[in-house]
Amino acid sequence: MTRRLILLLPLIGFLVLAVFLYQGLSLNPFHRDSALMARDFPAFNKETLKDPEQRVDESLFLGQVTLVNVWGEWCPECKREMPQLLDLADRGIRLVGISYKDTREKGMGFLQDFGDPFEVNIFDPEGDLSFELGVYGAPETFLVDRDGIIRYHHTGYISPEDIRKHILPEVGKWQ
Amino acid sequence: MAVIRLTLTGFLLLLMAGMVHAGAIEVREFDDPVMEQRYRSLTASLRCPTCENQAINDSDAPVSRDMRDRVYEMLIAGRADMEVRDHMVDRFGNYVLYNPRLEGRTYLLWGLPAALVVLGGILVVLVVRARRNASARALSDEERARLDALINRGRTP
Repeated sequence: MTRRLILLLPLIGFLVLAVFLYQGLSLNPFHRDSALMARDFPAFNKETLKDPEQRVDESLFLGQVTLVNVWGEWCPECKREMPQLLDLADRGIRLVGISYKDTREKGMGFLQDFGDPFEVNIFDPEGDLSFELGVYGAPETFLVDRDGIIRYHHTGYISPEDIRKHILPEVGKWQ
Repeated sequence: MAVIRLTLTGFLLLLMAGMVHAGAIEVREFDDPVMEQRYRSLTASLRCPTCENQAINDSDAPVSRDMRDRVYEMLIAGRADMEVRDHMVDRFGNYVLYNPRLEGRTYLLWGLPAALVVLGGILVVLVVRARRNASARALSDEERARLDALINRGRTP
């Protein structure tokens, strides 16, 4: 009897491996956690998009839950998700933008054409702040809690469904 | 003749496609050949975060260019390879390492092949021993009697 069971061992091993690997097939390699999860928003000191005289730093995020959206005028998905961001701002959620690899003119033009849900936009023409955030494309959205710690990360376009399913629950969790 | 010409054209097109691709990646000058070698191996072992499966030395993605720039700056500033890798993992996650590190969640990944080889070795030893014992041992009286019975049954109808 035990001999029979021993003969079955390779089959069992194979089945375990097959189930494990089969799960891997349905994983989306783009849905991975940000390396900055549960870490402080990186230190920075940058001009705002609107006013080169005005500078902001990481203390911007203290005291309030904030959604930080990385966008660029050159990015079509960013334009498509603006209605959803305006909707979030209407719900009283604080949004801060990072103008990623744009000129000031193009960035301002974008806000005029597609609306401005942002309390302030951090001007990041070289993309160095975004590099610190591990941004690898736009749009990307980070949720920063009232202590300035990154709590949630969304890569790519935010659909109305994403708002309902992910963004609003996450904001509620940290507020 | 026409076939040869077609093949040649195809070959040239392929060559040009290759050149266009290579043209998108900037050329860097190094005074120190060792540093150049380190730059090459680092950019070959870091994975582009937004491509399906490309190293940053082989990718046109803007983020790969930024990462190559950062590798270059850090090497020029005298930082060690390890520091460059840590710097990238801190920002883009373990995903960017083509060689995963040995740590808690990768023990299985690194350990499984070795464990399987050891297990296979043990199995082979066990099987060989069992065979050797089986052939060396003579038949017991009981077995001999049973064998005789079987043989006799075949002979006498």
